[in-house]
Amino acid sequence: MTFEHIVFYAISLILLVSGLLVVTVKNPVKAALFLILCFVSGAALWLLLEAEFLALTLILVYVGAVMVLFLFVVMMLDINIAEMREGFVRYLPVGGVVAVLMMLEMAMILASSKTGLVERSHPVSHGADYSNTAEIGSVLYTDYVYPFEIASVLLVVAIVAAIALTMRKRPQTKKQTPSRQIATRAGDRLRMVDLKSEKKQP
Amino acid sequence: MEFQIPDFAPAYPEIFLLCMAGAVLLLDLFLGKRFRNLAYGLSIASLLATIAMIIGSSQQATTFNGMFLRDLMGDILKIAVMLFTIMVFIYSRIYQQDRHIFKGEYFVLALTAVLGMMVMISAGNMLLLYLGLELLSLSLYSLIAMRRDSLHATEAAMKYFILGALASGILLYGMSMIYVTTGTLDLAQIHAAIRTGDSANLVLSLGLVFVVVAIGFKLGAVPFHMWVPDVYQGSPTSVTLFLGSAPKLAAFAMLMRLLVGGLENMSGQWQQMLIILALFSIGFGNIVAIAQTNMKRMLAYSAISHVGFFLLGVLSATPDGYAASMFYILVYGFMTLGSFGMILLLSNKDSESDMIANFKGMFSAHPLYALVMTLLMVSMAGIPPLIGFNAKLAVINALVESRLYWVAVVAVLFSVVGAFYYLRIVKFMYFDQPGEAIRLNGGMEMHTLLTINALALILGLPWIGWLIRICNSALAQLS
Repeated sequence: MTFEHIVFYAISLILLVSGLLVVTVKNPVKAALFLILCFVSGAALWLLLEAEFLALTLILVYVGAVMVLFLFVVMMLDINIAEMREGFVRYLPVGGVVAVLMMLEMAMILASSKTGLVERSHPVSHGADYSNTAEIGSVLYTDYVYPFEIASVLLVVAIVAAIALTMRKRPQTKKQTPSRQIATRAGDRLRMVDLKSEKKQP
Repeated sequence: MEFQIPDFAPAYPEIFLLCMAGAVLLLDLFLGKRFRNLAYGLSIASLLATIAMIIGSSQQATTFNGMFLRDLMGDILKIAVMLFTIMVFIYSRIYQQDRHIFKGEYFVLALTAVLGMMVMISAGNMLLLYLGLELLSLSLYSLIAMRRDSLHATEAAMKYFILGALASGILLYGMSMIYVTTGTLDLAQIHAAIRTGDSANLVLSLGLVFVVVAIGFKLGAVPFHMWVPDVYQGSPTSVTLFLGSAPKLAAFAMLMRLLVGGLENMSGQWQQMLIILALFSIGFGNIVAIAQTNMKRMLAYSAISHVGFFLLGVLSATPDGYAASMFYILVYGFMTLGSFGMILLLSNKDSESDMIANFKGMFSAHPLYALVMTLLMVSMAGIPPLIGFNAKLAVINALVESRLYWVAVVAVLFSVVGAFYYLRIVKFMYFDQPGEAIRLNGGMEMHTLLTINALALILGLPWIGWLIRICNSALAQLS
């Protein structure tokens, strides 16, 4: 067992435990924080595979942007935890049995057979001067340009859908009227009042 | 590094449709208030233009490093998807206007859903199958949720979204296992790897199971059908119409690309899985449909049973069987459009009119539409001489040819059970007294198209042989 193996198993353990805690922990904010731990350990696994660029992107995008928004939403929404967890115990026996069965099946399959129909050589380990980013860049816009474009269409659809679903006119909606804001004068906002100075009481 | 610019020509229809979706979005934003029907007209026009482009450039080609396949099967399915979408637009115009969801976004999202289906249909790579599926699903979720003031629609959208996301996860997991064993995402290379390698590899089989489960989810086959009735009933009828017709064609293409294009040499394994899915779907769908009082819900269970029937053709694992399936799903989509179109015809500003009882006494009030509905229902039940019968016959034929006699017998028995609830509607229309006055909704163009839709099911008979031949030659190209 090399050092890499030890690191791999340690990180995988953290990943699995934190993943389990995301769904079982009671407080939604804590669940979101465990999800962040999941992402970070996932990124660490990618680092082990020498995919440095992807690992950093995962942290930047998911931990830095997505999860922060997620935390905001979780904190702003008034989530009734007791109501959410209703039925958890009721469904646990059935769900648990299915989950354990699935896990056993998969363990048996993955442990017993050799993976891979095609014999592949062990991936080559590159030196420190090897640029991961350049390699990804050279295929992303050439060989993979079609899926890349479709993924971008997917993002456009997400934006259109989000706006179409949330933007609507309601009577109590408060909004700005830029023309009136610009046309305003100091006099509209500020009123000078003369106050007599009070005499100090003896 | 050498880089050759890929040949864009085979993908021109897709590129054009994407540009038009963007144009509809922008033009509706700036001119939508002045011209109310702008998005509607422009969407139909761009779909028609895309169809013309596909017909004009029909060819067999591969581009983008084998990620984009252009073949006859894809062309036919794409044309059918677009024709169905045009029919959806025309059928649902008044319904949408009545419910204030006749908005530019509806058309943009429908067009992107069509684009997603086109990507799926011509995918030569598992990555593209997934991306196309997500593009389609995301558009559909938001189309359902568009009707914000309806609790049912929001609930349906949520249910569809969560189960759809779960199915996507399962699909990705299966794909990752196929990738582990074959070392590639390209379907043609996967096919080659499995042909030379050991197709009984356990990890590969596990991947296959996950992929089949995910497709079962998307198609709504038993035991992965839970979402179908709720989503069909809860969605606005205009979206149910879309949801129930065109995406089924894309799912067929996905089945063909994955199971036949990629995993053909494992047919012995997926045949077993599909037999279970198909027979349970036919049995369960047909029996539960009998108990329904809501028309949309009944049609949802009927959709489940039809999905089972169409899987029968696929599981025969012969080109003839695939062609029979393709013909079946084309005919089924056409019949579904008509049936949901009838619900749209009866619905009005105040009521959805989606109960079966709403059809009572249709004959005395509107004999023409009673005939239209009769044709649709009889064709759905698969009673000769309507086209629905020919579709069922082709599938059963394929089964018999691959010596799966007992499967064929069970399927036929359950279709007889299914005939009951279709014919019950005919009975309601002709022999029962109307509860309240039946008002017809919809514009002139809808009435004409709906009548043509139903009449085509009987007047189209002379061209059946031609259509089946085209399906056959399309599938012969595939394998």
